[in-house]
Amino acid sequence: MASEAQAADHVTESATGLPQLDFSTFGNQIFWLLVTLVVIYFILSRVALPRIAAVLAERQGTITNDLAAAEDLKAKAVEAEEAYKKALADARAEAQKIVAETKAAIKADLDRANVKADQEIAARTAEGEKALAEIRDGALDAVRDVAKDVAAELVSVMGGKADGRSVTAAVNARMKG
Amino acid sequence: MATEAHGAAEPGLVFHPMDQFMVKPLFGEGAVGIFTLTNVTLWMALTVAAIFALLVLGTAGRATIPSRTQSIAELAYDFVRKMVEDVAGKDGLVFFPYIMTLFLFILFANVLGLLPMAFTTTSHIAVTAVLAMMVFLTVTIVGFVRHGAGFLSLFWVSSAPLPLRPVLALIEVISYFVRPVSHSIRLAGNMMAGHAVVKVFAAFAPMIIISTGIGLLVTPLSILAIATIYALELLVAFIQAYVFTILTCVYLKDALHPHH
Repeated sequence: MASEAQAADHVTESATGLPQLDFSTFGNQIFWLLVTLVVIYFILSRVALPRIAAVLAERQGTITNDLAAAEDLKAKAVEAEEAYKKALADARAEAQKIVAETKAAIKADLDRANVKADQEIAARTAEGEKALAEIRDGALDAVRDVAKDVAAELVSVMGGKADGRSVTAAVNARMKG
Repeated sequence: MATEAHGAAEPGLVFHPMDQFMVKPLFGEGAVGIFTLTNVTLWMALTVAAIFALLVLGTAGRATIPSRTQSIAELAYDFVRKMVEDVAGKDGLVFFPYIMTLFLFILFANVLGLLPMAFTTTSHIAVTAVLAMMVFLTVTIVGFVRHGAGFLSLFWVSSAPLPLRPVLALIEVISYFVRPVSHSIRLAGNMMAGHAVVKVFAAFAPMIIISTGIGLLVTPLSILAIATIYALELLVAFIQAYVFTILTCVYLKDALHPHH
């Protein structure tokens, strides 16, 4: 009897069969399970899942933005490099242009000066030639006068009488010959 | 009977591997009514608390560069979401919060049940059967609501030769109704068996107090066995939660896309 009482005492502490098949506890378990699931469902669907979704979306957005910004900066760098290269090429072309212009200007100046000098030289030459011709003409006249005078003198010394016209004709004929 | 034997063999080894599964009132003694606060209530509340701590408190920072806890919460989120999307398809994402609830509840109940002195709510067929029936009913209702009688094409394997189809249909129908049974017993059975085995080895551990000679051999061996089984149980706790969840997704895929 005593041992039976002990055993009965024990029943509250020790399982007699599978506790899983003790149907008297099913209602309790199912009730608390449903409460638990509803609570978890509301925690998840109202707070946790939207929050995590927002955080993940925000992170994705940040990453996308950063990548886009990096892409942008890269494009800007390429642009800047191109602008620099263009500026360099422009400057070079400008310099070449200036060099060419200066060269052309100098050449034009030079040509103009040459032409002017040539003209002056030509003018001087012409003047000189003219002077020379004058001198030569003068000399010929002088020679003629001297020859007439000398011929007249010679004729008069020889006792002839020299008339001016025939002397002149004779001198002219001689000088032509 | 067995209880008498326990009472008699006072100094011997005490085997009560099933005691851990007993549903007991938290306060006082007596019968367990529907609304009684029991160890089931306590450990389910702890499950809720753990889930709340991880997914709500852990993500309170909403950091772009997450803290460790937030990383785990995000990992869990991604893990289940990807599973739902990959297995059930994009239109299965409506059920994501529901499936996430199942996954987290089972995972945390399993893992918390591994604490010493803990009560494992998922080791009870009453709990897992309700979980499985919920999935079964959801799948069946969604299937008929989405496709009407077309949902029955799930059982009519159109790729099989015509004479075989009625036979296959019978098999498919039977397997469809066996699903919730296997779904629930797989989880409860795994939890119960593992915990019971740990308890049995634990009962062998104090052998050295009773008999030094045998104890020198048995005690270290049983402690080693407890550690090994415990590690295995941690794995099983996760895998069973995973299996339950992915099967839910597979069943859901049947409801959403019954035509193979």
